[in-house]
Amino acid sequence: MADAVLFEFLHTEMVAELWAPDADPGSGSADRITPQHKAGLSGKKKSWSVLEGLGFRVGQALGERLPRETLAVREELDALKFLCKDLWAAMFQKHMDGLRTNHQGTYVLQDNNFPLLLTMGSGSQYIEEAPKFLAFTCGLLCGALHTLGFRSLVTASVTALPACKFQVVMQKS
Amino acid sequence: MAVCIAVIAKENYPLYIRSTPTENELKFHYMVHTSLDVVDEKISAMGKALVDQRELYLGLLYPTEDYKVYGYVTNSKVKFVMVVDSSNTALRDNEIRSMFRKLHNSYTDVMCNPFYNPGDRIQSRAFDNMVTSMMIQVC
Repeated sequence: MADAVLFEFLHTEMVAELWAPDADPGSGSADRITPQHKAGLSGKKKSWSVLEGLGFRVGQALGERLPRETLAVREELDALKFLCKDLWAAMFQKHMDGLRTNHQGTYVLQDNNFPLLLTMGSGSQYIEEAPKFLAFTCGLLCGALHTLGFRSLVTASVTALPACKFQVVMQKS
Repeated sequence: MAVCIAVIAKENYPLYIRSTPTENELKFHYMVHTSLDVVDEKISAMGKALVDQRELYLGLLYPTEDYKVYGYVTNSKVKFVMVVDSSNTALRDNEIRSMFRKLHNSYTDVMCNPFYNPGDRIQSRAFDNMVTSMMIQVC
């Protein structure tokens, strides 16, 4: 039972660390001579992509380990169902609350009680802070889909904590 | 018992290939390459048929006079190809299945290794040891 909480703490620390107020872009020497404001902005984008990259790699590994013995994924909808049931259950011990599609490659996954946002209270108080806590999970979904053979673009949105929506757009390669 | 084991990526390039008689390796490489066509055929055939349950184990791909070639595909379209000696007392299907299952588990472990970049050649010692154990079981 303690396992879920360990990941939540680690995730909170990851976000806090990557979003430190003086986020220094680091490796790019050109960034250091730009004004503080610009450096801050590119630092934020970098933090988002670092978190997403982490999630992507984890998603790739999970996409390999989780699907069981049978060749379960035949088409997009099966892959999405796998995400909503198996992946979510393994990561957050619950299923996704809603899956909607426009049948043209866009899917909206809705979670009404997202565990990584639960600790921030409910309502609209921390809406500006919430999206950075979803970066890792966006990467996770993208990585898992990539292992299953689908290229996709995942974005997240929050209207009222702790509910959040992940929008998955399948790319035709 | 296997004389050659190969792991082929989704884009059909080898991630890992090893054979026991170190002379004539090219022959096995060629055999694995030709078996990829059969694997693709089986995968696409399974896709079209209205199957409720698809197997990961593809079974005997094709026999030659000296060797038999077996195939297995994972959910991420990574293929395992195994060439076994025909002269060996016929290996039962179950044994081949269990060998593939061990391969799959080891491959999953390699994937979960944070130092491994998906798409690179597999250089894990644990994977090597597991493959060695499958290849020199006959003495």
